[in-house]
Amino acid sequence: MTPDLFDRRLLIVTGKGGVGKTTVAAAIAWHAASSGKRVLVCELDAKGDLLGALTGADAVRSRPLAFEPREVHPRLHAMVMDPEASLKEYLKLNLRIPFVGRIGSLSKAFDFLANAAPGVREIVTIGKLAYEVRERHYDLVVADAPSTGHIVGLLRAPEAINELVGVGLIRSQTRWIIDILHDAATTGVVVTTTSEELPVNECIELLGRLRNELAVAAEAVVVNRLLPQSIVAADASAITRLAGMVDASSQPAKAKVLAGALLLDALSSARAPHLDRLLAAWKGPLALVPTVTHRPTGLAVTRAVAQHLAEELSTSREPSDARGPR
Amino acid sequence: MSVDIAEVLVGVDVVLCCGAGGVGKTTTAAALGLAAVRAGRGRVLVLTIDPARRLADALGLESFDNVETVVGVPDAPAGSELWVAMLDTSASWDDLVRTHAPDPITMERILSNQLYRNITQRFVQSHDYIAMERLHAVHQSGRYDLIVIDTPPSRNALDFLDAPSRMADFFSSSLLKWITLPYRLGGERVGRLGYLASKPFYQVADRILGSQFLEDIAEFFLLFQTMYDGFVHRATDVERLLHRRSTRFIVVSSLEPAPLQEAEFFLAELGRRGLSIGALVLNRVLPDLLFDTDARRLASRLVDPSSADDPNISAAERRTMKRAATAFLDLAALGDDERTARSTLANPPNCVVEVPLVPLDLQDLGGLVALADLLWPVTKTVKRSARSRKTPS
Repeated sequence: MTPDLFDRRLLIVTGKGGVGKTTVAAAIAWHAASSGKRVLVCELDAKGDLLGALTGADAVRSRPLAFEPREVHPRLHAMVMDPEASLKEYLKLNLRIPFVGRIGSLSKAFDFLANAAPGVREIVTIGKLAYEVRERHYDLVVADAPSTGHIVGLLRAPEAINELVGVGLIRSQTRWIIDILHDAATTGVVVTTTSEELPVNECIELLGRLRNELAVAAEAVVVNRLLPQSIVAADASAITRLAGMVDASSQPAKAKVLAGALLLDALSSARAPHLDRLLAAWKGPLALVPTVTHRPTGLAVTRAVAQHLAEELSTSREPSDARGPR
Repeated sequence: MSVDIAEVLVGVDVVLCCGAGGVGKTTTAAALGLAAVRAGRGRVLVLTIDPARRLADALGLESFDNVETVVGVPDAPAGSELWVAMLDTSASWDDLVRTHAPDPITMERILSNQLYRNITQRFVQSHDYIAMERLHAVHQSGRYDLIVIDTPPSRNALDFLDAPSRMADFFSSSLLKWITLPYRLGGERVGRLGYLASKPFYQVADRILGSQFLEDIAEFFLLFQTMYDGFVHRATDVERLLHRRSTRFIVVSSLEPAPLQEAEFFLAELGRRGLSIGALVLNRVLPDLLFDTDARRLASRLVDPSSADDPNISAAERRTMKRAATAFLDLAALGDDERTARSTLANPPNCVVEVPLVPLDLQDLGGLVALADLLWPVTKTVKRSARSRKTPS
C-alpha cells in the first residue's frame, strides 16, 4: 500500500483564486493534528483567512497570525509567511554576519533585492518551508499557497536562482531545498478546484506543468464546493415534464418548487462536463467535497471539509472508487 | 433607493473592475463593455488581463491580443463599437521601452539585457504597473469614449493603484543609487567595487548573490534610469486620472463570505483614498423564487415522511414532487447562506446590481448579451431617460 496524503511531510495547497484553498489547507492541517501529528500550517499570502478558517472571524481581528508560529489548537501551529522575516532568520542562522542584527529593518534592502532579483521572495518563502521540514520541528508542514498562476514560480525558484546566479551563497544553499521538493515521499502538491470551467482549466494546466516542467509530485486533487447531488437525470426529465403541466398562476408554490429543482439541475449539468474533463485528465487520488450549507463559518466549515478529505484521501484507493455521483 | 448602473456611468469614461479571484470579474468587465455599446455609449474598449478561452469564443475571436481589435455587435447603435484587447505584460513592456527609451542604442541594450525579461515577466507588481501604463496610454490616445479595464489578480487586489508611484519610487531609491554607484563612477570598476565591498550592504549582497549578478543588476538599472523622468511623470498622470470623477470603480463579488469580505475592504479602501465608487456588482445571486414562503412550506411538507400524501395526485407525480422538493430545499439552503452573507454588508454603495445566477452559455455573443442585459437593462434605461427629460425634477 502506498503511503497516503497524510504521510507526506510537506503539502502545498494551491488552486485558482476563490476555490477554497485556505479551507482545504486548514482542513488537512486540522485532520492531521486531530490524528496526533504535530502540524505547522503556513499562510503564504497574508490575507488573514487562514486564522478565520482555524478559529473564527473574531480571533482574526483580535490577534492575527505572525511569522512566529502559534499553537491555535493542540498540536496545530499556524504562521503567516513574511519573506523579509524569513530572509533575516536565514541570514542569522547561516551567514553569522555580526552586523545583521544592527541593520534593523531590512525592508528597503529586501524590497530592492526582491524586486531586482526575481525569485528572491520565492526562494526565502519556499526555503523557510523546506527548512521546517528538514529540521523536523513538525511531522507535517502544510502551505496555504498562492494561486495556480504563481505556484510554478514558487516551486521553480530554487532552480531559477541557480540559472540566474552564477555563484554566491544562495546558489550553494538551494540544493537541499530542491532535494526536499523533488522527493515525492516527502513533498506533494494538493490542487484544489471547483467543478466550474475556469478552475478546472487551471487545475488541468497545473497538473500538466507539475508533470512536465517541475519534478514536484501532484499528490491529490480536491474538487471543492460540489453542488448538492439531490437530482439525477431521470428525475430531471420527470420534473421538466411536470413543470410543463403545472399552471404557475393557479399553483405558484408548486411551480416554484419545480423551477428551483430545475435550476439546480441546470447548474449541475453545466458543471458536469468540466468535472468529466478533470476525471479524464487526472487518475490519481481525488476527493469530492460537497458545498457545506446552513451558514456555518470558519472552523465549522473546515471540520466538515476535513472529514470529507479524511474519508476520501486517507486510504489509497482505485480512482474509480473516488468518483461519486456529481 | 438604489440607482442603476446606467445612471452611475453617465459622463464616465474610465471604469475599473476590481474584486477577489473567481467572482467573474473578467466576464463582468466584458459584459459591461458590451452593455455600454448596446446602450449607445460610443467606442468602448474592454481591456482584459487574463481572459478565458471561452470569452474569446463568445466574442468570435481567434484569441485575445495585445493589439486592440473590434468585435461585431449585432444591433449596435450607429457610432457605437466594441473593442477588446488582452494585456500582454511582456509585449506591453517592450512597447513602453520602445516609446520611452531616450535613444535607439539604450533601447536595444534594455531589450537585450538578460535581466529585463526576467524582471518584467516574473515580478508580480510588473503586471499591476503595466496595466496602469496601458490605461494611461489608451486614455491619452482619445480613441475611446469609454474604457473598461479588468484589474490584475494580485496579493492585494488594490495593489495596482499604487503601482505607478511605487515604480517611480523604485527607480529613485537611494538603494539603487548605492548599488549603481561603482558603475556610475566608471573607470577603476574593480578597485571601486573592492573598496565598496567592505561596506555592509555590499558584503551582504555579494555573499548572497555573487558580484557578477550584482553587476548585471546595476547595468540594468542604470539603463532603466534613463527613462526615470517619464516614469515619475506618468505616475502623476495616472494618479490624476484615477481620482477624476469620470473614473469609476466597480467592485465585483459573489455572495460567498470570503469574496464579500474582500469586496467590503475594497469599498472602504476606495473611499479612504477618495476614489469614486461606481457600483457593487453581486454576481451569480440565487433567484428570489427560492425564498418564497409558500414554496418552502410546500417543499418541507413534501419531504416530511410523516405528512399525509395528497390523494388527488398520482404516485408517480408524488415521487417526482418529492425529488423536486429535496433539490429545491438544497438550493434554498445555499440561498440562505447567501442572504446571510449579504446581510453582513455594512456600507453598500448607492448602486448595487444583483446579477441572478443563470446557467451561462457563452458559446457565442448571445450569452454575453444576456448577461449584459442583466447588468445594464437597455430598454429600461431608454424609458427612464425619456421620462426624466419630460419631467424635470
